[in-house]
Amino acid sequence: MNPFLAIDLPALLIAIAASVACALPGSLLVLRGQALLGDALSHMVLPGIVVAFLATGRIASGPMLLGALAAGLVGAGLIALVRRAAKLEASAAMGLVFTVLFALGVVLLETEAARKVDLDLNHALYGHLEAALWLEPRAWSDLAAPSIWLTAPRPLLMLVPVALALAVLLVLAYKELRLASFDPDYATLQGFRPRLIDFALTAATTLAAVAAFEAVGSILVIALLTCPAAIARLCTDRLGAHIGFSVLFATIIAVIGYNSAAQLETSGSGTIAAVGGLAVALAVIVRRLRLRVKPPVASPGNGPNTAVRPLRPGSA
Amino acid sequence: MLDALLLSAGYNAAVAMIGATLLGVAAGPVGVFMLLRRRALLADAASHATLPGIVLAFLVNLWLTGEGRSLPVLLAGAGAAAALGVLAVQALQANSRLSGPTAIAVVLSGAFGLGVVGLSYVQTLPVAGQAGLDQFLVGQTAGMRLADAYLIAGVAAVLVVVIALLFKELRLIAFDPEFAAAAGWPVQRLDLLANGLLLATVVVGLTSVGLVLIVAMLIIPAVTARLWTQKLGRMALLAAAFGGVSAYLGAAASAGIHHLPTGATIVLAAAALFAVSLPIAPLSRPRRAPTALEPPV
Amino acid sequence: MSPQIHLVNRAPIPAQGPLVAHGLSVVYNGKPALWNVDFAAPAGALVGVIGPNGAGKSSFIKAALGLVPWASGWATLLGEAPGKSRARVGYVPQRASVDWDFPASALDVVAMGLYRKLGWFRPVNRRTKEAARACLERVGMADFADRPIGQLSGGQQQRVFLARALAQDADLYLMDEPFAGVDAASEQVLISALLGLQAAGKTVLVVHHDLQTAPDYFDHALILATRAVASGPMAEVFTAETLQEAYGGRLAPSQLAALAV
Repeated sequence: MNPFLAIDLPALLIAIAASVACALPGSLLVLRGQALLGDALSHMVLPGIVVAFLATGRIASGPMLLGALAAGLVGAGLIALVRRAAKLEASAAMGLVFTVLFALGVVLLETEAARKVDLDLNHALYGHLEAALWLEPRAWSDLAAPSIWLTAPRPLLMLVPVALALAVLLVLAYKELRLASFDPDYATLQGFRPRLIDFALTAATTLAAVAAFEAVGSILVIALLTCPAAIARLCTDRLGAHIGFSVLFATIIAVIGYNSAAQLETSGSGTIAAVGGLAVALAVIVRRLRLRVKPPVASPGNGPNTAVRPLRPGSA
Repeated sequence: MLDALLLSAGYNAAVAMIGATLLGVAAGPVGVFMLLRRRALLADAASHATLPGIVLAFLVNLWLTGEGRSLPVLLAGAGAAAALGVLAVQALQANSRLSGPTAIAVVLSGAFGLGVVGLSYVQTLPVAGQAGLDQFLVGQTAGMRLADAYLIAGVAAVLVVVIALLFKELRLIAFDPEFAAAAGWPVQRLDLLANGLLLATVVVGLTSVGLVLIVAMLIIPAVTARLWTQKLGRMALLAAAFGGVSAYLGAAASAGIHHLPTGATIVLAAAALFAVSLPIAPLSRPRRAPTALEPPV
Repeated sequence: MSPQIHLVNRAPIPAQGPLVAHGLSVVYNGKPALWNVDFAAPAGALVGVIGPNGAGKSSFIKAALGLVPWASGWATLLGEAPGKSRARVGYVPQRASVDWDFPASALDVVAMGLYRKLGWFRPVNRRTKEAARACLERVGMADFADRPIGQLSGGQQQRVFLARALAQDADLYLMDEPFAGVDAASEQVLISALLGLQAAGKTVLVVHHDLQTAPDYFDHALILATRAVASGPMAEVFTAETLQEAYGGRLAPSQLAALAV
């Protein structure tokens, strides 16, 4: 048995697929000042997963995925409801709903049925990246056969289609997302429905969070939704490049993070999240230093940027 | 269960429950000020940032004394790390174009990731006591040592007293910091104090509510109180009451029912108070539009 | 009858017209922002919507477009409900209403005016980009097409918004404070664009805060102070009486004299 093929390769592939799946919607969330929606969603899926498990009595991808998806969307609806009913700002409503749903999930985890199997809080928070084993490929050459990929670990089989679907959606609705994120009122006037687009983005984020949750846990989901996009935000002023950079940085963070974890023998998803946070800090510092040494660019007619960044609804 | 509610579940458990209740009382008004200043989720970054501090404090203590687990040391580490977390959020915002929510999410996940890395390292060490470190994730008052229970209850009591004494000043900077500055108040120091109270609440809450859910104790009682009154003084008192009641009920229930996690139960109790208030409280959004609108004057 | 009522042009509101509002009110959180406004914009007019801060000028524009719910009354654009005629209405929002840090170039923003023609899911193609570039040229911003919008000056940003509205090739234009925070060069571009639109037979409503320039820029006016204080041809309604009414007597005699009304 080749230990890299059996242990490291599946975990690494899962980490990369989860990173890409999360970075796609995350890039837009960060632009829209909604990074904490990812925080909320990644916590809110927990009760859905536990309820799906309690209902079916086994750990199966299908029902758990559906349960988590339902919980995420119910949670998003509850946030909107609480926000309106209690007249709260978005972040307070989010903080209220996601902590309550997560608390519900934690209590359900302690029920007798859930305690019997490998379903616990640590798992929910930081996943089981290391548990992914792929014994089928005996040698590198085996990977050339398409059929062997169908034997890949379950999280990978879930994450790859989700990442592809999200990429397709993003390309399809690229112009709609740009319009609705930049100027929702104008989107309405142009005959698009910004609320529908917001909902679709929430659903896409939930899908990514749910698919990644089982393998990497909620904390890494937040890191992957936010950190790559935050670095990309510092690199470019073009939407397409921003999304591309987000995916690129997500992959780099996953690879560096997983390798560090393998070297240090630490938790895979914890290390990747830590690398993500440190990478943002590094990017901010590098950008500051570069800005300091650059002389002011004088260009005709390019006045100072006087625009005030408005607080957009839906952000904290 | 009934025993627990009557504080007769054993002396240690009773002291731990009093500590949790006092924490709830403190968290209510602190949360009110936090909400007013629109910093609701800053506490989430601070609380997640405590984990690497806890682990580091454990390791340092292990190196110095040969025994890692000492609650005062761990909480000191947690407090320092939480303060660093808040500073990191502010530094990210000040030095880049990243928005507040992005900065919070980055610090929250990155710092927690560091903590998890530390935990997974500590667990490989051939020493005792490391197994209990992850109890700070969702809190567990059951089985707490008496000295620790006294410590928590004592700090929480001090917190409540400080908030009561400085209520006027806190109100001032929450409402109109510019006016306060113009009137000669040391706004920056008061701001520091407000953040200090926030951090203290987070750290004290680690033992009972846990770092994942402590933000709920800051948000939910404050939001519930806001449904009942618009006056800041009453709001803070109500929030203290709601926080105290839910912490007491949650801690009592989890002490009485086996396996019921303390932190999650406390949060669910607070949520129940909110859910009951929402339809009946006077300041919830009216179900029907007012029948007649006053014309403008 | 309260004195302000007789100042309102109470001619019967025509059912047809580029923009008709009847008894239009907007209420935010129980507080009226706009109250019982009757107004009909004459076809081909250049209308200044004038009034103090908080007079409901923006609310009027947004209510007419159907972007905020009506508390009472109704409005029609080009003879139809706002939801139906939006394809033929150009809109320039307030500059403060969007996130200027969003990663988009000037050309990207102008192309948004053509998204309706593209429809759902059809990508922005070369022809759309060419059309957008031509509109940028019309406002003298062709050289800035690839510049991130956040790096443009206030006046330049306003010109990009105008180009986006021009790209819509609408019959009616509603503009919310396009002159706010604008340099002299951009102001000239905006003025000539307004006159060009009028010459092409379009109707234009412009929310405007500067009393000094209002009589020069517009031929009609709607003076708002939550209620409609007056509306009609500029020479008839832009008087010391209506302005004092709208500004609640806060204008000093010297200010009124400077306005030469």
